[in-house]
Amino acid sequence: METSMYRSRAFKAYVFGFVSSLIFTLIAWGIVRKHEMSGHLVYSHFFIRISILVFALLQMIVQLVFFLHLGREKKPRWNVQALLATVGIILILILGSIWIMNNLNYSMMNMTPSQADRAF
Amino acid sequence: MIISLFSSTSVPSTDRLVLFFGQAMVVGAALLIALALVYFKKVGWLWKNWVTSLDHKKIGIMYLVVAGVMLLRGLADTVLLRFQQATSSGTSHGIVSSNHYQQIFTAHGTMMIFFVAMGLVFGIINLILPLQIGSRDVAFPLLNNLSFWMYAAGAILINLSLVFGGEFAATGWLAYPPLSELQFSPGVGVDYWIWSIQIAGIGTLLSGINFITTILTKRAPGMTMMKMPVFVWSVLAAMTLVAAAFPILTVTLVLLTLDRTIGTHFFTTAGGGNAMMYVNLIWAWGHPEVYILILPAFGIYSEIVATFSRKRLFGYASMVYAIIAIAGLSFLVWLHHFFTMGAGANVNAFFGIMTMVIAIPTGLKVFNWLFTMYRGRINFASPMIWFIGFVITFSIGGAAGVMLGVPPIDFQLHNTLFLVAHFHTMIIGGALFGYFAGIAYWFPKVFGFKLDEKLGKIAAYLWIAGFICAFTPLYILGLMGATRRLDHYDASLGWQGLFIVAGVGVVIIFAGVGVQLLMFYLSIKNRKKNLDTTGDPWNGRTLEWSTTSPAPVYNFAIIPTVADRDEFFRVKQLGVTQSKRKFTAIVMPNNSSFGIFMAGWALMFAFSVIWHFWPTIVLAIVGSIATFVLRSFNDDITHIIPAAEIEAIENKRVGALL
Amino acid sequence: MTKTSILHNEIQKETETSLLGFWIYMMTDCIVFATLFAVFIVLRNNTSGGKSGADLFSLPFVLTETIILLTSSFTSGLAMLAAQRSRLKDTLIWLLATGVLGAAFLSLELNEFSKFDHSGSSWRTSGFLSSYFTLVGTHGLHITIGLLWLLAIIGYLFKKGLNEVIVRRLTMFSIFWHFLDVVWIFIFTVVYLLGVN
Repeated sequence: METSMYRSRAFKAYVFGFVSSLIFTLIAWGIVRKHEMSGHLVYSHFFIRISILVFALLQMIVQLVFFLHLGREKKPRWNVQALLATVGIILILILGSIWIMNNLNYSMMNMTPSQADRAF
Repeated sequence: MIISLFSSTSVPSTDRLVLFFGQAMVVGAALLIALALVYFKKVGWLWKNWVTSLDHKKIGIMYLVVAGVMLLRGLADTVLLRFQQATSSGTSHGIVSSNHYQQIFTAHGTMMIFFVAMGLVFGIINLILPLQIGSRDVAFPLLNNLSFWMYAAGAILINLSLVFGGEFAATGWLAYPPLSELQFSPGVGVDYWIWSIQIAGIGTLLSGINFITTILTKRAPGMTMMKMPVFVWSVLAAMTLVAAAFPILTVTLVLLTLDRTIGTHFFTTAGGGNAMMYVNLIWAWGHPEVYILILPAFGIYSEIVATFSRKRLFGYASMVYAIIAIAGLSFLVWLHHFFTMGAGANVNAFFGIMTMVIAIPTGLKVFNWLFTMYRGRINFASPMIWFIGFVITFSIGGAAGVMLGVPPIDFQLHNTLFLVAHFHTMIIGGALFGYFAGIAYWFPKVFGFKLDEKLGKIAAYLWIAGFICAFTPLYILGLMGATRRLDHYDASLGWQGLFIVAGVGVVIIFAGVGVQLLMFYLSIKNRKKNLDTTGDPWNGRTLEWSTTSPAPVYNFAIIPTVADRDEFFRVKQLGVTQSKRKFTAIVMPNNSSFGIFMAGWALMFAFSVIWHFWPTIVLAIVGSIATFVLRSFNDDITHIIPAAEIEAIENKRVGALL
Repeated sequence: MTKTSILHNEIQKETETSLLGFWIYMMTDCIVFATLFAVFIVLRNNTSGGKSGADLFSLPFVLTETIILLTSSFTSGLAMLAAQRSRLKDTLIWLLATGVLGAAFLSLELNEFSKFDHSGSSWRTSGFLSSYFTLVGTHGLHITIGLLWLLAIIGYLFKKGLNEVIVRRLTMFSIFWHFLDVVWIFIFTVVYLLGVN
């Protein structure tokens, strides 16, 4: 007899993806919430930035693998290659833009380095 | 709505006359075409055989026709620009006012890049790509038809700007804010600019997705990636750039539109906008765009040099890696378009170095072409003349580009005529010559007869000579400090002589265009004398030459199996004779009016937004949704060509090898 | 070969091609969002005297939105599973759940936008707000289009049931819907979580 859909491996994969995504969301949210409630005192700016980005990336990978079945198809895995290329382009575009736009105040006179960094 | 036959502000009477001639040209041409169609009772024929056709070969021809018309439009602008600069010195102020001049060079750049170069690229890819990979059509024929009509809608819109409003953007072809914001460009000109390239850009993006999927999934069995013709590789790389870069253009144009229509503050001077972010984004698109224009031309040169040197392309693998390297690197250089915007030395140095690096794989390709020619038995047909013209001009212009890539030099040369000469060399000497060569090379495959070779060569010589005459003065003027986009300059500068020489160069180019038009006319008239009966007039190497000329609607009765690169040439060498072939029925897509309707709704939407006319905005949105839903519920979208019919078509041809 | 069997072969070959084409389209959509993110990040401090993210955003509210959307992504996956096993009823149930959750997300978001707008923080107020509304609004526009698409699929299923063509379209929809949740992860993180600081 055919296994019930709700007992299959595929179903368990979806549940795993859902639950882990939920957990990552809650942890990241929790960190920021705690920091906010403490009057922005309890964590460092750096810690918050890194930790929530890490959880975002983890959640993205979980969803790509368990919801979007990335890496599942047979060779040549065009979808994986296309995604990797896209991620590369996105990183270049966003990080490049941040670097460039930040740097435009480099030559501005009468600015402290942190002023130059802030004022686009 | 304003139909403006005369511009209203006080301008010299020649200004108004020039505008009037432009309007008369657009209106006249449209009326002429419409009347001719009705008079010769060809409307139904046009609709059934061309407008609604999903056949990539027909779509390719339509792209080239529109591109050709837009080339003439752009050249008309060129004449005005050169004439103005040759005469507007000292007390003379030429024939157009400053503001009008600015609109002309904006329209010139916009038309040449988006509607001539892109049209030639997509026309040629459409015609040849499926044949070269041994496939029956592209992956998504309906989308292909839609892409063409979106392109055509953009071309129509930019021409409409002359008639309705009599105004175009006066901002340069990239329309930097704050000048392009509502505060400083309150009229409809910038809106026309935005929407004509936005619509065409969406068509391009869809084509990019289409051609990538085609190359990845529709190659003939046995054609692995490293057995594809180099032209196919160049198309794959260019289309990857399209998919990666055009979304950036789409978004940036939307943001500018929002600033102009809603009052947002993305790029405004007040309210926390940042105009420099526009420059950053538009060039993050803009630099890949120019590689989109040049890579297919490089692919065409690879095909042509091998065929006409009667020798295998030298260094296939390195050519492929060079294409991939160029495509990848093209995403790491975009800041070189705004070295002077204020970034520090680190940023400028990084992008300067990357710019110089990208010249390396490019140079590698040029050497490989030359090595292919070495010890070949060269046939200097007109495609090779274009190639030689390319090597000479592109090498010099490319060296100029490396110079410009050095930030301290760029601080002197940015926005001078040196820059203008450099990029025209790249686009004309590099891309345009390549597409002209491709047209001469593949014309017999598409139409079944060769173009007049003698006139073709003369045209090529005139273009090459005219180009050198038109642009060498500009290199010199740029080094002398002449800024770009000047509509008038002081007589004491002593520049006029060089501008006049440049003007003469344009006249020579025009002679070349005239010869090209004559070539088309006479070739069509005498086509019976130049028929291509074998399908292989140049002793070609790749699969497209294995079909008849023109190819049947299904391209290949039997999809070939490929064993090696230059498969067709290999089979010819082996002297393989065809055993009796067994044909099976082929499924072909039905015609569809989906494309022209969707593009029509897009055109209506754009025109309505430009003029703030709400009823037709809503109508366009509702109409496009309705058209989409109607299509998705249509299940009868293919027809079958029975095996007997295919056999009848195939039996009429002589000596099929594959 | 009969006309039906010839067409059947064609449809199968088409599915692989269509899915790759749709995936590549999805990649271009990601770049659209990347551009909007770049603009948001560059303009994030340009409040021009108006309110900032810290003044406007409510963490509990955004958590609610996020969980709703995440759940709808999960249910859309279950709908795919059911469709692949040709279980029409289960497919419809999970698709309806997806639609209801998606609509709930959208109405919460529209509510939030309206609240900001009426309290004097519209997208015309500053560069920061322009980019906030456009980035999050573009995501919301994609959700809206997804819901309309979902409606059309549900309508088709009611009329014609499961077949190869509709399963292909459903696969494309679920790719679309999953990606919208992936994009939301980054909106949640970059706009809201980083924004409240």
